[in-house]
Amino acid sequence: MITTALHITIAMVTLAAVLNVFRLIKGPDAPDRVLALDTLYVNAIALIILLGITLGTRLYMESALLIAVMGFVGTVAMAKYLKRGSVIE
Amino acid sequence: MNPVVEYLIAGLLLTGGAFTLIGAIGLARMPDFYTRLHAPTKATTVGVGAIIIASVAYASSQGAGIDTAEVLITVFLFMTAPVSANIMAKSAMHLDVKRMPETRGKPWDQ
Amino acid sequence: MLARIGLPQPFLSLVLFIVWQLLSDGISGGSIVMGLILAWVLPQVTRGFWPERPAIVKGWLVPLYILRVLLDIVVASLSVARLVLSTRKPRPAFISYPISLEHPLAITMLASTISLTPGTVSTDVSDDQRILLIHALDVDDEQDIIDTIRRRYEKPLQEIFQ
Repeated sequence: MITTALHITIAMVTLAAVLNVFRLIKGPDAPDRVLALDTLYVNAIALIILLGITLGTRLYMESALLIAVMGFVGTVAMAKYLKRGSVIE
Repeated sequence: MNPVVEYLIAGLLLTGGAFTLIGAIGLARMPDFYTRLHAPTKATTVGVGAIIIASVAYASSQGAGIDTAEVLITVFLFMTAPVSANIMAKSAMHLDVKRMPETRGKPWDQ
Repeated sequence: MLARIGLPQPFLSLVLFIVWQLLSDGISGGSIVMGLILAWVLPQVTRGFWPERPAIVKGWLVPLYILRVLLDIVVASLSVARLVLSTRKPRPAFISYPISLEHPLAITMLASTISLTPGTVSTDVSDDQRILLIHALDVDDEQDIIDTIRRRYEKPLQEIFQ
């Protein structure tokens, strides 16, 4: 029961990641690409958590937390670069 | 395992996956940047939130207790989603990206 | 009093301490000492970034507000999902929302709430912090959205930050 649901969910999140990559490649503007990357890292967190449930281990939680922190910093840095032309003034 | 809990976890997982997928579909097929911004900030955040709740429920049904990292991830995602949406919208306004012609009103320039 | 012993931001220090306990692998003597050091040092280091003192007046109303926002987030996602899956074109609009809140933290909370709730993303605040520019995904009536935000989110925030 849970295994089936887990497999379907992993398929859905993977498809979502593929769609994000499509937007990342297509653009058309730089903010679109930043938005696609931002969504992509959130999807990566979801995939890592699903992997953790599948394998029955808690080891991957720390990496998901790190991706959450670093992804946010990356998004802000890229958006700030687009707006100002520099990250740290 | 208790079948009610099992159905609950499966339901949460499927809801989370569906919302994540809808967020990505919105990102892929909405017509301009500003409308694209809506789907990931809301749907994807809720989707990942549901998946994390399912993970917490699964772990505690196995008798492992609640991992604090999961709570932190959820809180962090819900706090950062609006901030990153806001800063991306600002950079889009600065670069003056294309808007769909039906858009009423327009962003100011300052 | 707290500022004199090196805690200019008591709430920030408390949050830092709690987050460090959650991050470390179980509460132990070491994590408590490290949490206390972080709670003391970080507000000192970042003092320059906090121009004003925080002013939460009625803190007990915050959980109620968060609960309301969480419920609205679920509703918001459903409505956005319906629009994404339908073939109808969205009818977006930029709306200027006049803010009546004063405190910068209150305005931040309002802007974040707007970004997470039905069909709206806050894009910019004017330099004098009087007008908030909102992008709405699917609007019939701009005034209706302004009234909803004022009634549902700005009034409770005004009660929290008097």
